[in-house]
Amino acid sequence: MDQVISLTLKVWRQNGPDDAGAFQTYQAEGISQDASFLEMLDIVNERLIEEGTEPITFESDCREGICGTCGLMINGKAHGPELGTATCQLHMRKFNDGDHITIEPWRAVSFPVIKDLAVERTPLDLIIEAGGYISVPTGSAPDANLTPVPKEAADMAFDAAACIGCGACVAACPNSAAQLFTSAKLNHLNLLPQGQAERWQRAENMVETMEMYFGTCTNHGECHEACPKEISLDFIAFMNRDYVKAKIKNRKLAGQR
Amino acid sequence: MAQTLSRSGRGPQPLRPRKKQLPFPLNIYQTAIGRKWVMALTGIGLLGFVVAHMIGNLHVYEGPARMAEYAETLRTLGGGLVPRGTILWILRLGLIAMFGLHIHSAYSLKEISRKASPKAGFVGGAKQYSGGQDFIAANFASRTMRWTGPIILLYLLYHIADLTWGWWLGDDFVHGDPYHNLSESLSSLPVAIIYIVANVALAVHIFHGAWSMFQSLGINNPKYNKARVAIAAGLAGLILVGNLSFPILTQAGLIDEDNRECAVEDFDDEHDILICLEEQLEEEG
Amino acid sequence: MIGSLDSNTPEGDIQGLWEQHKFDMKLVNPNNKRKFTVIVVGTGLAGASAAASMAELGYNVKAFTFHDSPRRAHSIAAQGGINAAKNYQNDGDSVYRLFYDTVKGGDYRSRESNVHRLAEVSVNIIDQATAQGVPFARDYGGLLDNRSFGGAQVSRTFYARGQTGQQLLLGAYSALMRQVDAGTVELHTRSEMLDLVTENDRAVGIITRDVLTGEITSHGAHAVVLATGGYGNVYYLSTNAMMCNATAAWRAHRKGALFANPCYTQIHPTCIPASDEFQSKLTLMSESLRNDGRIWVPKAFDDERPARDIPEGERDYYLERKYPAFGNLVPRDVASRNAKTVVDEGRGVGPLKNGVYLDFSDAIARDGEDTIRAKYGNLFQMYERITGEDPYKVPMRIYPATHYTMGGLWVDYHLMSNLPGLFVIGEANFSDHGANRLGASALMQGLADGYFVLPYTIGNFLADKLAEPVPDTAGVAFVEANQGVQQQIDHWLNVNGTKSVDYYHRELGKLVWNYIGMARNKNGLEKAISEITALEEEFRANVRVLGSADGLNQSLEKVQRVADFFELGRLMARDALTREESCGGHFREESQTEEGEALRDDDNYSHAAAWEWTGEGNEPIRHIEELQFDYVALTQRSYK
Repeated sequence: MDQVISLTLKVWRQNGPDDAGAFQTYQAEGISQDASFLEMLDIVNERLIEEGTEPITFESDCREGICGTCGLMINGKAHGPELGTATCQLHMRKFNDGDHITIEPWRAVSFPVIKDLAVERTPLDLIIEAGGYISVPTGSAPDANLTPVPKEAADMAFDAAACIGCGACVAACPNSAAQLFTSAKLNHLNLLPQGQAERWQRAENMVETMEMYFGTCTNHGECHEACPKEISLDFIAFMNRDYVKAKIKNRKLAGQR
Repeated sequence: MAQTLSRSGRGPQPLRPRKKQLPFPLNIYQTAIGRKWVMALTGIGLLGFVVAHMIGNLHVYEGPARMAEYAETLRTLGGGLVPRGTILWILRLGLIAMFGLHIHSAYSLKEISRKASPKAGFVGGAKQYSGGQDFIAANFASRTMRWTGPIILLYLLYHIADLTWGWWLGDDFVHGDPYHNLSESLSSLPVAIIYIVANVALAVHIFHGAWSMFQSLGINNPKYNKARVAIAAGLAGLILVGNLSFPILTQAGLIDEDNRECAVEDFDDEHDILICLEEQLEEEG
Repeated sequence: MIGSLDSNTPEGDIQGLWEQHKFDMKLVNPNNKRKFTVIVVGTGLAGASAAASMAELGYNVKAFTFHDSPRRAHSIAAQGGINAAKNYQNDGDSVYRLFYDTVKGGDYRSRESNVHRLAEVSVNIIDQATAQGVPFARDYGGLLDNRSFGGAQVSRTFYARGQTGQQLLLGAYSALMRQVDAGTVELHTRSEMLDLVTENDRAVGIITRDVLTGEITSHGAHAVVLATGGYGNVYYLSTNAMMCNATAAWRAHRKGALFANPCYTQIHPTCIPASDEFQSKLTLMSESLRNDGRIWVPKAFDDERPARDIPEGERDYYLERKYPAFGNLVPRDVASRNAKTVVDEGRGVGPLKNGVYLDFSDAIARDGEDTIRAKYGNLFQMYERITGEDPYKVPMRIYPATHYTMGGLWVDYHLMSNLPGLFVIGEANFSDHGANRLGASALMQGLADGYFVLPYTIGNFLADKLAEPVPDTAGVAFVEANQGVQQQIDHWLNVNGTKSVDYYHRELGKLVWNYIGMARNKNGLEKAISEITALEEEFRANVRVLGSADGLNQSLEKVQRVADFFELGRLMARDALTREESCGGHFREESQTEEGEALRDDDNYSHAAAWEWTGEGNEPIRHIEELQFDYVALTQRSYK
């Protein structure tokens, strides 16, 4: 530990959404292995500013692996080489002196590059907007212990709810599909008793919004490997099941009206 | 409901605007997940066909007479209730429909993905990172579905032209004597290689397809998920071994016409060959 | 203003006060609510819950966040839990006890009426969140589970693994998105508020900058709600997210809103110590770890041995030794100060001698590794990722870090600042935590304000303004504010200095941490004021901001935040200097007991100090709000 390493960085630079963009090479000398990956970029940026070069734009916020703001393609892997880890939690002790590191933004047509390594991920919010909620106006909730939730269901819902919305699944997917994100969000609510009333409507709306913006799933499983919260592919299967069921159920429900 | 977020003009435009819904159940096919279902369901059907076809062809190891009898059985399915060949044609039409849907859903799904993925060319179809992408979970089978699929289709057309229509065997082709046709065709090394390559592709396709099918249909229980991979691998292996045995054993000389009772060159008329084969069968009892 | 500020707390017995007041407040007819436009700045727990709740009521809500999505607000990072007086554990909890604990935990520097209301609505928050699908921890019977937390002797903390904040925020965010879908909330993402617009000392709108395009826009409304979080990043190194800042609150302060108790900052005891100069932030480890972990340092000075080689007899479990009743569960300020004491003595551990041990070996021996893994697995994993050490085998190293700021814009009982029409909720206001916040109370306060307090009190303010149109953004006040923002931006881009914004932020952080950190004294605070001023002058003359204003420019965003931190840092020092007592997170070395514990001076300082901006370079004016304690008896806090 506490070792100092030097790296060669190949970083994607793109001055605005309409710029073509290209890789630039930078030397990162004397980086402590205790530094996080983003701190390494901070140091590079500070040196760039001293040289009079505009710093590399990349997004990050909490740097605790929970807000989902950060996300870089590092050496061809979303969030870098360590599994189950967001970029901000990746530390330089995972790299060796003299390494060449290629850093690229997330790629998907619905994640347009804003600048350098920053991308826009609005469609993920649109999927939530389409139905990623339980309709319970403030004040109308019954006592929290009124409906016991079996621990297994609660735990499984939680596994889905752990999604931080970083978009790594879309970035890693060769098809740019958002199945893992959508299924995590959908199943978080669909697995809980509270979410049953709107279950089928939710499945239809969220999936169809997803399909407006993203590619289709071919079950590669790359998304799961890239996911910093290690969300399971099982949720995608559950979503596929719920969606077709929803098409049938919603028709029936509509008939009852 | 209207989306105020998207109305704000922030963020990208939809790649696939929502279309007007067709009547149920066609509306399911309008969606990508619905198409995955169709692909999975037709996949099951086609897989069933491939397995049955492979098992049926094992009759070849019982000799020309049994093989011919098997072929005749297929034609006379349904007994005397329906004209000869009817059921077979219904099955064939079903197969063609399944192929059609399987191919259309695969193609159209890939097109959606291609539109969603930067720098995804028509060839390959997957999105490209300028700095390259390092795959972790995606395996050879999953990433080559797009290649193994067309290979299988081309092979299928070749296979039908070769052993159903006898395009290349010409005068040597005997209607109703599949044993003869098969051994004639597969004894040529280039043909055997085509069959071997195509069937390896088929097995690879089935390996990912069978596993993927469970996911697409939402057949998932964390307790039994390991079995899904085992089933896929088993099916792929079974078909690989069965189907490869034909060209390999033909090349090895196990399937040949040397000791045939009803040798094809002894007859002038195709019909007489079949009669001979029938008589042989009766003798064997 | 002369005399005490008026908190507008209604008269009456505290137990029924809020209920009665809800009846007394004026209402807006459901059909008339749509005639009012309300701006909510910030979409964390407080902002998202407020925006969603007000939209449900029928108000026109415009919500602003500088993030790409409301879900990224830093509320998301809260780990431990949320308090509520549900008494599901049957261990003697009650609204009154939560109220009492919070006032006591805040070292008797909070407003009783606000705290009691907070305790009352705490139970509704749990109901609301559960109904929204927040997956709180449950026991095998399917009912909600609780854990205990520092500063309390009952189990009242609801939690969702180590990510209670994320789950609660996802709940509030989903409620917000539901309203966005319904068209009742206009959500403006990537829009940073850079000024408050006032007309005749009333808040009428805000000026925002679109961080992607650089476009500067004016927005008018009948009321403006700030839910913009705390100012912990003034320390540079803190557990706050990189983008957390005080700019919205500070610009409101410059427009006349009083800033109360800026010196009350909370230093959280269980963070991972910094490893080097370029550390960008500190990571908090949930306080819940103190339930099972034991804190110790070697008895000997400069003990170089690895932790496992130090025999039991040579370890000093200093919290258990000094506070036998609460042990490792003393409130945060006490735990932090004691860690500082032992580290300052030279008994710190780790390569930089800047931490204390948090040891789980006894808990693992008692409950088994699996139980500990189930409880804290994700925290242990996070620790290992950051430090490269396995906490199942070697004790964790922890050290205090800035975590939360109790101070903030002054608000009355209605959560309205002294500027009519400007409401402040969540961490951005000063109201509920006094001089120290108890664990698991921040989430509670943010959601209480947003779901259950503001939606009522804002109606009272708006009820008599039916005839008023939405303020016209073509008005003089808007145009001037808009131009002011533009000039500021042009100014920063034209300094063309030599050093980065981060450099100055780091240097400022060191000053604030050293002089206005865990222990403060007159001499240091005076130095702080002069040194901050000197550094600020250099900063203004020598900072380098590259790039342009018409696109994403992170340096440009940062420079304005840091500029505000300079002014705020100075106000913190001034506030700390004038408060010549120790209370909660504010420890004046001149005011301590013989045993070195914080010593309050209730005779002279039982008040909130609210500062008025008087222009750049001028001394701010200190107003006070006398605090009355009619229910909780003032005692010297003791956790022995």
